[in-house]
Amino acid sequence: MVYLTRKIEFSASHFYDNPAFSPEENRRVFGKCNNPHGHGHNYTLEVTVAGEPDPATGMVLDLKELKEILEREVMQRMDHRHLNYEVPELQGQIPTCENVARVIFNLLEPRITQGKLHRVRLYESADLFADCYRNGASGARNA
Amino acid sequence: MSGELKIELGRRYRFAASHRLHNAQLSAAENERVYGKCNNPHGHGHNYTVEIRVSGRVDPATGMIANLTGLDAFVQREVLDAFDHRSLNEDVPAFRNTVPTTENLCIEIFQRLKSFPEAKLETVRVEETSNNSFEYAGEASGGKRP
Repeated sequence: MVYLTRKIEFSASHFYDNPAFSPEENRRVFGKCNNPHGHGHNYTLEVTVAGEPDPATGMVLDLKELKEILEREVMQRMDHRHLNYEVPELQGQIPTCENVARVIFNLLEPRITQGKLHRVRLYESADLFADCYRNGASGARNA
Repeated sequence: MSGELKIELGRRYRFAASHRLHNAQLSAAENERVYGKCNNPHGHGHNYTVEIRVSGRVDPATGMIANLTGLDAFVQREVLDAFDHRSLNEDVPAFRNTVPTTENLCIEIFQRLKSFPEAKLETVRVEETSNNSFEYAGEASGGKRP
């Protein structure tokens, strides 16, 4: 098995607010992330696909195709967007790193037909990231 | 597409500390041979980076596995306050009789953080320099992936 990772970057704004909480509780739980005017991040997304290289091409999948999938599913949806207002898949969810990573995993998994989506790692900053993968894949090594 | 989705939260922290690699059971010549310049009696230091991953249920009310404020405070108390700007050999009891290699440092940090109450500690990865890193996922982890 070979693990291939492609990295992209996008910029987006968000804020954290749970309408079921009081304003005080929102501030207590979410701190400065609760600012209703929002704030932004440069996100880095690493997408890892696992598979056997095709003997004819030497590739797990065509990187150009992966790039197009990432452009369509992630960049067009999230780059220079407000995650609270402009991404329907995040409606009703707090757009934390954990939830955005899960949404991206769910968007990409059915689109990747050569090889298998192994892991999505989303960095919100250099020091904070979330990993999303299928539980059965947790025993496998990756890059 | 079998198996549930699993989410892990990763967080990086930094501290600076000195250490000396020396085993009192070995002769001076043997220590010199095994540890090379890391055996310098006066010690030397590194800027360490600690990367931890925790897993758990994402709380629908907060969108979080664990509140970062709580995680950061826990790591600060259990690891950074004890290690930052310290001598690992002199100031950390676990290294009185254990050589403070980064392998052993990973294990010590894992032991200190595994009781984090809000989520399950999956792995501890320590970068001693940008060229050397070590990862420990506990004894029961088997083939846990990095």
